[in-house]
Amino acid sequence: MKIVSSQFKSCDLLKVEGRVDSNTAPQLGEALDKIIKEGRFKIVLDLEQVDFMSSAGLRVLIMTQKACKRYNRGEVVLTAVPQNIYSALELAGFTSLFRILSDTLLAVGNF
Amino acid sequence: MPGSVSTLKKNFPARYESLVEIARFIHPCCQNACLDSNSCYHVESAVDEACSNIIEHAYAGEENGNIEISCQDNPADITITIVDHGKNFNPENILDPDTNASLEDRESHGLGLFFIRKLMDQVEFSRAADNSNILTLVKFKK
Repeated sequence: MKIVSSQFKSCDLLKVEGRVDSNTAPQLGEALDKIIKEGRFKIVLDLEQVDFMSSAGLRVLIMTQKACKRYNRGEVVLTAVPQNIYSALELAGFTSLFRILSDTLLAVGNF
Repeated sequence: MPGSVSTLKKNFPARYESLVEIARFIHPCCQNACLDSNSCYHVESAVDEACSNIIEHAYAGEENGNIEISCQDNPADITITIVDHGKNFNPENILDPDTNASLEDRESHGLGLFFIRKLMDQVEFSRAADNSNILTLVKFKK
């Protein structure tokens, strides 16, 4: 798994590539925790290049969403979600807990 | 050959680093069985969740056990058998997560087994005479 992060004025963008499983999910969790610990809570997560995500990855997403939405201080927005991963989000009942947008740049611009 | 049965078997060390190797073993098995890409992803997900649970719970992260996986390509289905020698596991003790719960009430654990049950057509846990755990996962060919 590879994570490319960029910090914008309005939000942080994380582009994730490869597999997010029990082995790599902690690395994604650390990258997201770092942003939160620095006091930023508006995060766009671009999943276009993710080819596999297990429940360990979903666990990281839900914990980060809980932390970001606390006190209405922000949120995690998911973008360019591949169909297989969207189906997993749907099965887990996560599609009502995240805004899911197709266009990453638009998501960054609209924050 | 149509109608024939073929089985591939491999052992993996029970650690999280093995998950990618396990996926590399399962993926061609699904493709050779002519499953469509959605079904392949379902099988890969279920196997990943099962092996993650074995590493985390059966072996409690001790990294000294093995996971033996066999993949049987039958005429009407693909059957994956996953064997470990860790702690016994009773799936009846695990309830499905509430997928309608609000964000605040949402549990972050419990999705793995739920995915296995939802993504596969048959799921069976058993305990062998030598105390190994056997998980049998079946996906029907459409």
